[in-house]
This record gives sequence, structure tokens and C-alpha cells, in this order.
Amino acid sequence: MTARHLEANGLPTVILGSARDIVEHCGVPRFVFNDFPLGNSAGLPWQPEMQRTIVELGLELLESARQPRTTVQSLFVWPGDPDWRDSYSRVDDSNREALRAKGERRRAQRERDRARGNVRAE
Amino acid sequence: MSQALSEKPRELTPATTRTTFVRYIDRTREHYEAQGFERPYRWAYHQNVPLTPLNKPLSESVVSLITTANEPSPPGWKVGDPRPLRRVHSFSSGEPPSLYTDDLSWHKEVTNTDDLDSFLPVHRLTELAEEGRIGRLADRCHGVPTEYSHRRTVENDAPEILHRCREDGADVVILVPL
Repeated sequence: MTARHLEANGLPTVILGSARDIVEHCGVPRFVFNDFPLGNSAGLPWQPEMQRTIVELGLELLESARQPRTTVQSLFVWPGDPDWRDSYSRVDDSNREALRAKGERRRAQRERDRARGNVRAE
Repeated sequence: MSQALSEKPRELTPATTRTTFVRYIDRTREHYEAQGFERPYRWAYHQNVPLTPLNKPLSESVVSLITTANEPSPPGWKVGDPRPLRRVHSFSSGEPPSLYTDDLSWHKEVTNTDDLDSFLPVHRLTELAEEGRIGRLADRCHGVPTEYSHRRTVENDAPEILHRCREDGADVVILVPL
């Protein structure tokens, strides 16, 4: 949404990211998609050559995109366990009860924060 | 670096029966339902998308860099202490601080954010500026909080980021959400 606002006000933008569905659902001008686990949108840690290639892809996209919603996918493949796709925020019988309890704690914390005024002003 | 990252690349399973990229919208909804939150999050959706062409070559352009990572922890802060409220923040691109990412949703079991350039490529852009690929990196980078409220982002944070980018003389902006 920030990219959309900048673009609508005359600043060309490009997003480097890994949450393809969220970014494309929002609708952005230019997007370099890296199919990695969330956390390393600009390339894997301590891999400067990869990071550089991804930034260069972004710069090339700034120059070449002819229409909004242009997505380019980098060729890099996550080198670790392919199960990362399924393990992120997985819900199954092993954690269902823990998640329910976590939700209870979060709601209680939110109430405490509200009572103390420890939330951003509307 | 974690063990997983040092392994040799493996091929994805060919001829998969499912979408290859993770459907985070679905995954997030299921995760919050399991926590007992009754109203699913409504992700931003827009039919129309703006596009502004470059108005000068990148080799002459000032590039701004935006992150969703949060401000560094205050001195003396310990795990468990309250964090400063999330807000738009700015920091030197020449000497970037240690940004706080623990409260953001990323895949903490398989990767890390120990290398700033893996989520905010300040050094890579500095190198590209030295080589003349871009004019220069703006003196400041900016952080925009990931907000539950669309309105807060659209009405408060995005205009503030635009204002700060203009102050910096930015010609183009690279945004890197975690």
C-alpha cells in the first residue's frame, strides 16, 4: 500500500518480496518475487552475489516495466529443506491446543495494552 | 548461518499437484482461526494499480530504501520488556543500526535476519552506486510498520514515507517488506 501511494504521487517503486499472493492481491506496480521463506526478501543471508543479482533485477524492472502488476521471479531456489513451505504457520493436531492457548494470551494482552493506552492512536 | 542454508540446492518436487508458492493469505487465515480469532483478516485488494515511469536514468537517480523492520531496541531493553510502539522511523543508510525483526512474521524455524542485506540491501546498493549503476543511495532509509489497519497505513504512514522520501530527494524507491 505504501508503494501504491508513492507511485500515485510520482515516485517509481519496486518491491522485493517473498509473499507473492499478498503482494499481487494488493496490486503493486513492480514486484521481484523471491520464492524463499519469509525473512530474506533481498536474498539469503551472507550471500552477497545473490543479493546483488536480486537488487539488479529490481533496477532492471524499474527500467523495463511497461505496465503495472509486472512481476519478475528470480531464478534462485531455497537450498534448505523443501518442507519449509508446509512448516510455516502450520496448523495440525500437534499444535492445535497450543495455538488456542496462544490466542487466549494474545487477547488478554491486547486488553491490558488497551487499558494502559499502550496502542497507537487512531 | 543455519545448517539448512549450507546444504546443496535440491530440486523441488516436479509435477507438483499444488501451487508452488506458499499461499500466505490462506495460511494466515487458518492460523488465526486456530487461535480463536473469529473475524478473518481482510487483506488489501485493489483493482487499479498506478505506474509512474522513470523520469531520469537510474545512473542519475537517488534511490530510497524502505523496510518493514522496526526500530532498534532502546538501550537496556531486555526480552519481555515492552517495545516502543511501531511507527514510521528513519535511520542512516551509511551506518544502519541493528533493526528489530523478532515481532514480525517470518519463517524463524528455517532462516534468520542476522545479515541486514538479506532484507535491506544497503551495502549492495552502495556498491552499485560506487559502480555508477545508480546515482546514489539516499542518506536515510525509512521503516514503515506493518499495520493491521489499512486506514492507518494509507492515511498516516504512507504519506509520511512519501514526505520523508521527498525530503531526501528520492527519484525512485525500493521497498523490501519482510
